[in-house]
Amino acid sequence: MIQPASPELITVNIDGREIAVPKGTNVIEAARRLGVDVPYYCYHPKLTVVGNCRMCLVEMGTPAVDPATKAPVMDPATGKQRINWSPRPTIGCATNALPGLHIRTTSPLVKDCREGVMEFLLINHPLDCPICDQAGECKLQEQSAGYGRGYSRYIEHKNVKPKRTLLGPRVMLDDERCILCSRCIRFSKEIAKDDVLGFVDRGSYSTLTCYPGRKLDNNYSLNTVDICPVGALTSTDFRFKMRVWFLKQTNSIDTESSVGANTVVWSREGAVYRITPRQNDGVNDTWMADSGRILYKDIRSQGRLDSIRLGGAESALEMAVKAVADLLKRGGAAVVGSGRSSVEEQFLSRKLADALGAKAWIVGRAGQGDGILVSADRNPNVRGALVTGLVAGVPSPSLESLGELIDSGAVVSVVSVGEDLAAAGLTAAQLAKVSVVYLGTHANATSAAARVVFPTLTVFEKHGTFINQQFRIQRFAKAVPGVAGATDDLVVLAKLLAAAGGPRLGAEIGPLWTVLAAEVPALGTMTYADIPDTGLLVDGTPWAHLRFAEGPGLHFKPPEPATKEASHG
Amino acid sequence: MMNLRPETLREIDEVIPHYPQKRSAALPLLHLVQEDAGYISGEAIEWIAARLELQPINIYELVTFYPMFRQKPIGRRHIKVCRTLSCAIMGAYRTCAEFQKQFATGLGDVSPGGEVTVEFVECLASCGTAPIVMIDDTLHEKVDVAKARALSDQIKAEAPSRAETPLSG
Amino acid sequence: MPAPVQNRLIFKHIGEDGYTADLACYQRNGGYEVLKKAVLRKPEELVDEVKKSGLRGRGGAGFPCGVKWSLLDRKSGKPIYLVVNADESEPGTFKDRYIIHQDPHQLIEGIMITCFANKVERAFIYIRGEFPDGAKILEKAIAEARAAGFAGANILGTGYGCEIYVHRGAGAYICGEETGLIESLEGKRPYPRIKPPYFPAVLGLYQCPTIVNNVETLCHVKHIAAMGGEAYAKIGTPGNTGTRILCVSGQVQRPGYYEFEVGKVTMGQLLNDVCGGPLPGRTFKAVIPGGSSAKVLRFGERYKGKRKVGADMVEYDWGVEDIPMDFDCLAMIGSMGGSGGVIVMDDSVSMVEALGNINAFYSHESCGQCTPCREGSIWMKKITARMVHGEARPEDGALLKSVADQIAGRTICAFGEACAWPTQSFIAKFGDEFKGYAKSKQEPRAEGVPELV
Repeated sequence: MIQPASPELITVNIDGREIAVPKGTNVIEAARRLGVDVPYYCYHPKLTVVGNCRMCLVEMGTPAVDPATKAPVMDPATGKQRINWSPRPTIGCATNALPGLHIRTTSPLVKDCREGVMEFLLINHPLDCPICDQAGECKLQEQSAGYGRGYSRYIEHKNVKPKRTLLGPRVMLDDERCILCSRCIRFSKEIAKDDVLGFVDRGSYSTLTCYPGRKLDNNYSLNTVDICPVGALTSTDFRFKMRVWFLKQTNSIDTESSVGANTVVWSREGAVYRITPRQNDGVNDTWMADSGRILYKDIRSQGRLDSIRLGGAESALEMAVKAVADLLKRGGAAVVGSGRSSVEEQFLSRKLADALGAKAWIVGRAGQGDGILVSADRNPNVRGALVTGLVAGVPSPSLESLGELIDSGAVVSVVSVGEDLAAAGLTAAQLAKVSVVYLGTHANATSAAARVVFPTLTVFEKHGTFINQQFRIQRFAKAVPGVAGATDDLVVLAKLLAAAGGPRLGAEIGPLWTVLAAEVPALGTMTYADIPDTGLLVDGTPWAHLRFAEGPGLHFKPPEPATKEASHG
Repeated sequence: MMNLRPETLREIDEVIPHYPQKRSAALPLLHLVQEDAGYISGEAIEWIAARLELQPINIYELVTFYPMFRQKPIGRRHIKVCRTLSCAIMGAYRTCAEFQKQFATGLGDVSPGGEVTVEFVECLASCGTAPIVMIDDTLHEKVDVAKARALSDQIKAEAPSRAETPLSG
Repeated sequence: MPAPVQNRLIFKHIGEDGYTADLACYQRNGGYEVLKKAVLRKPEELVDEVKKSGLRGRGGAGFPCGVKWSLLDRKSGKPIYLVVNADESEPGTFKDRYIIHQDPHQLIEGIMITCFANKVERAFIYIRGEFPDGAKILEKAIAEARAAGFAGANILGTGYGCEIYVHRGAGAYICGEETGLIESLEGKRPYPRIKPPYFPAVLGLYQCPTIVNNVETLCHVKHIAAMGGEAYAKIGTPGNTGTRILCVSGQVQRPGYYEFEVGKVTMGQLLNDVCGGPLPGRTFKAVIPGGSSAKVLRFGERYKGKRKVGADMVEYDWGVEDIPMDFDCLAMIGSMGGSGGVIVMDDSVSMVEALGNINAFYSHESCGQCTPCREGSIWMKKITARMVHGEARPEDGALLKSVADQIAGRTICAFGEACAWPTQSFIAKFGDEFKGYAKSKQEPRAEGVPELV
């Protein structure tokens, strides 16, 4: 892996403590590294700086030099160079590290600045906390508690603005709560490339709006809800459903496409309430697509499989496994794995295929890439299938080649791990000709035609890893328990593997990884626990000659396909 | 469809190349359209946005920010009374009240009969001859209550002939 | 000592019978002779003359013009722009109006000399929307100048060219702030930019190096080019060179515009000798010396201290009447020269109501971008409005001051100071009136005292 060139470091002094930061770091970020909190609203590390909230005002000083000789002027009291403190405070977000920069964040002036800004933000702010979804994760609440004066001196009438306007299908706007930080406007223009939001009117009557007749309905609209520091922009899906302090947060990965946007799954007592992006500066910054956020609804959607079936009748795990073993003993098996399975599941699928002497497929899923965070490959883990050796090339969306083998009678059993074979092109006749073993979460034509059905888990109900378009392996964790009647995919696959005469491997991820790392060269000496929250880049050169579907996106530039020799050299 | 006069369209074509970036022509275009049509309609906002390769919100933001742009037609005559300190000290509030009384109209409304709209605006930069009133594009100085009455009479006298011309800004 | 005679340098022909705005009249009076000589000189020389002249901006900030020009980034390779700030909107100011309407060619000549000196090839005159006739007059004058070879391509056969375009504003005071003006000129909402990094001299119009100069300032440039910087610096007083147009309004006998050498006339001379003193039966109570953003002065106050005159430190002990009308003295006694707008109030005016009028102006004009100004200005307005039309509490003055203190110095642009200083100074100088306002409201209102809020 190439290390980035070491950036130029500049030493600054914050509240008497020194820290060296890369050139271009602003005071807020420098302070953060020191564990010093500089409050702000309008600043966002991934958006342009506007400096309009004024909450990050701090005191700034520079070392005193004699204007004529440029020699340092010393302070006899401290024996160090005197610092000239500017009487005018400066905003931290727009002040970049300079050699000798001194910052004070705890002085009486800074305290007064923060109390002043807080007071000003609250005078026209409605007393909505009891009914506002943002409560518990509201910057206004947090910072008024941390830095506000604690009482109100305002006795005039508050401004009245439009409340509960449907800004778009997924976003509700309350203009009275808006503090006019302009994060949403900047996001829509700079990241989502949909310049649809703006301020109308002037002064304190300024109001956020869409052009009349237009909507905020692009596929990134919910990011404005994430970054809105107050409850002005809220999610219609989450509206009034749950107080955030009751929710448990679990790290996960968006399975919508091979981007692998990092997410947080918010759940309580076994139910998921919402999904939000998780910061990963190498993959998705702090964003994700709206279409990935609703995937949690699959957990309880229509057709969720909830009982093991053998020949249509309810069965038990061991009996069903034995039945599968009997089917597979006849030979002529095929394994259809999935680009939506985890790396661990794909590894076991491959081991199963090896044990059966069977060919393996996965099903390709193509879509329109949007150049941001939804790629043209709608499988989250094709590269996992490549790395584990389950398949050797980029998959086709059609199982035509499998169909031919079924027609010729070479294949008489198909084990499908989560793929609807009919949707992948097998005809009803072909499906009827083979014995199908189906592992999956929802009913479909394949589960209906299957001899044995094992209900398994959605991504939200298990642990695992995916490898995204960057060849980055990323972990996802179990947020909620699986529905009653479903079994962990790894448990089923391990049992099938053993029943097929393969090695006895446990379904515990930790020990399973010892085997994985040993047998999969690309994973080197990795352990599951080692993988950091931001993932780890895997060496993708053995597959560099393949023509992947993805085009450029945020933090992704598709590499030029290398020649086969170069990639195997 | 935008029904702008040919001269207006010509002036629009002339003014856009004055600027290295098209967006700068937003204000000139808004002035030209308002002078032509009397006000800025939703259609005008979208037309100007398209002409300058912008989004409608970019123009809408401007129309609502600048007090000189209006989204509804006004009276045939536009009376702007300055309310800022020097004029107020010299009696501007009474001047404004007089105009409102003369035409039985509230601030910003179209008077009954459609003849005038009276607005109370900020400093018009002629403080030495306060109170200041602009009627359409003409500046009137030292407009006390008596002069306001006289100007109102003049407007009313001119009204019948004005009524022939179409409502414009 | 009676007031000195006016020195009508810029306003030489304003109000003159028979003087018209056309090119022929301007040329009959020696117009464009200075430009003809200027284009034969090296541009750097002209910049030098302006530096030597000590000319300070006449728009309100009083920033040295030569210094502003020398901060221009001339190495970026990007085009350099001149933006003429003709957005005269500071309450109490009415000087640029007359230059534009009556002597536009003086401005154009000043613009062309400035553009030549700074290698500018495109200039914009941002004129407030409420000067519709002025815009037409300027456009006509520019056309005349272009036809005569004084503007446009290939000036006077030199090969150097500069186009001037008139750009009309639409009623926003904040467009007078240089970066707000630039944003407005770019076709966006006029939100001033944060400095650093957006200093116009480096990242101005279209992110190119830009000079923004006031109308009157550019006229002074013409005269500096004519007489030379050193000669200009001898006019006025050291550090406050040249002449400036003082605009007197409010309750004096003869309000109007008066051009004096900077610092050579005192407030008392101006208001009493030149403007005839207070209205019959009244006494002066308060005066705002530099446009409504400037801190108010209370008649009867004394200002004491030491100041540098030449090489010596000299003691001063002044009443309001004794203050020389220049930038440094007015700053020294706690106000500012600003835009030269002198607003006079007599004993019939309630300072609470006057502040209410001013607060309404600022809250209306606040662009709304940054928190302290946006919320603070409207809060102050609501307080004074309530005091006048509703219930006034004795502690409202202290509350007003406290709010103003939370605005000044904390905002993106100087509008924060502009809206806070009136409140701070009115409370500081007339705090007694604010405390006693509730009571004084109970008295019947004197005849002829106009409403201000």
